[in-house]
Amino acid sequence: MTAYEDFAGREIVPLREGPDPVNVPMIRHWAEAMGDRNPVHLDDDAARAAGRPGIVAPASMTQAWTMRGYAASITGSGAGPGAEELNALLEKDGYTSVVATDSEFEFHRELVVGDRVNVREVVESISPEKSTALGVGRFVTTVRTYTDQDGEVVAVQRWRLLRFRPKAPSPEKRAPKALRPRPAVNRDNAFWFEAAREHRLVVQRCSGCGTLRHPPGPCCPHCGSFEWDVAEASGRGQVYSFVVAHHPRHPAFEYPLIVAVVELDEGTRLITNLVGVEPGEVEIGMPVVLDWLDADPDLSLPVFRPQEND
Amino acid sequence: MNRRTYEEVAVGEELPALPIPLTRTLIVATAIASRDYQDVHHDPGLAVERGSKDIFMNILTTNGLVDRYVTEWAGPAAVVKAIRIRLGVPNHPGDTMTLTGTVTAKHDEDRRVEIAVRGENGLGAHVTGTVVVRLPSKVAT
Repeated sequence: MTAYEDFAGREIVPLREGPDPVNVPMIRHWAEAMGDRNPVHLDDDAARAAGRPGIVAPASMTQAWTMRGYAASITGSGAGPGAEELNALLEKDGYTSVVATDSEFEFHRELVVGDRVNVREVVESISPEKSTALGVGRFVTTVRTYTDQDGEVVAVQRWRLLRFRPKAPSPEKRAPKALRPRPAVNRDNAFWFEAAREHRLVVQRCSGCGTLRHPPGPCCPHCGSFEWDVAEASGRGQVYSFVVAHHPRHPAFEYPLIVAVVELDEGTRLITNLVGVEPGEVEIGMPVVLDWLDADPDLSLPVFRPQEND
Repeated sequence: MNRRTYEEVAVGEELPALPIPLTRTLIVATAIASRDYQDVHHDPGLAVERGSKDIFMNILTTNGLVDRYVTEWAGPAAVVKAIRIRLGVPNHPGDTMTLTGTVTAKHDEDRRVEIAVRGENGLGAHVTGTVVVRLPSKVAT
């Protein structure tokens, strides 16, 4: 692939002037977005107190002054003849995606309001095709030299992009996610799963002595009665115990998977999952509230999330 | 803000960690502030088509955040002489990147201080690199 090797040393962007001189509104926009509160970027007096002639632009903003802007970036125009030729070659070989991997900036002086920033870009090297986590591609390393209105160098940047062919989604990701294992529903517990499909958390209650029980069963372990009805649970409880499953993985679940025993305010306990919380943040006794997981059209299950303090 | 002098900085000193919540708005606002209109920094559908799981932060912003992190610690008199970064895993919305830094070298001849920086998110190291700043001396301030 000598076509790529031929680019080494070639100027792909001839000297191009940044569209706007260094100015306070663009610095302010940058500083606000970055959360940069350094007063030398916005306040002349503070800048002078810190040894500057006046406001200076953030060093990291140097490249921004030379960005081509919205219109040119969507049409792909104005990249420079060499850059357009290189892009065409990369596109032809299927390297349609791009991600920046390295930026090595050396700053020769700080930019002050009114400075013009120009840039020219020379290819240093283009790597042979490599396999990366993103896909197969080539690293394109260039050197950008930034100069001011007098032609003096203000900064030099070594810049590396990975141009790559995006990986096709893996078959594992494309396959429909497996369904959660089916609960073993029988005549004793069907009422509980049917209620869950209606997003109602219920607890079996002995009609003889009023004792609540879970999991559902035919006979009251307290008084032996076979008569029962159901109570609606409040949906509040606390973590009685929990484990975090990492392995082995079942495709129906997201990992790490928190499997918890939640003790309801009503007193019974159930096995469930915790959501909306990092495994490391779960504590025994943590107050939790009911939420619903609609796993698939046939299966809804109660899960719990931390109770928010309000 | 701090006002650190060259003399009071020691090799091995650690900068306070700075967690940065990576909201979708931050990723888009910083891309636009840096005049970077690549669709992968604001359009989730196209980002996925191009092989990413969601939009991701642009490298100009990583430079900006690393710059801010070090100058916040060093103070307004510090002059940034170099920012050299390598990107690892992307910064996607919903994650948090925590920046940490350690002073790794001092150069007495021109009061330059080198700081190794690292930004970790939930996927691993988003950025590793070095920032070089020139600090004022005690006498000068």
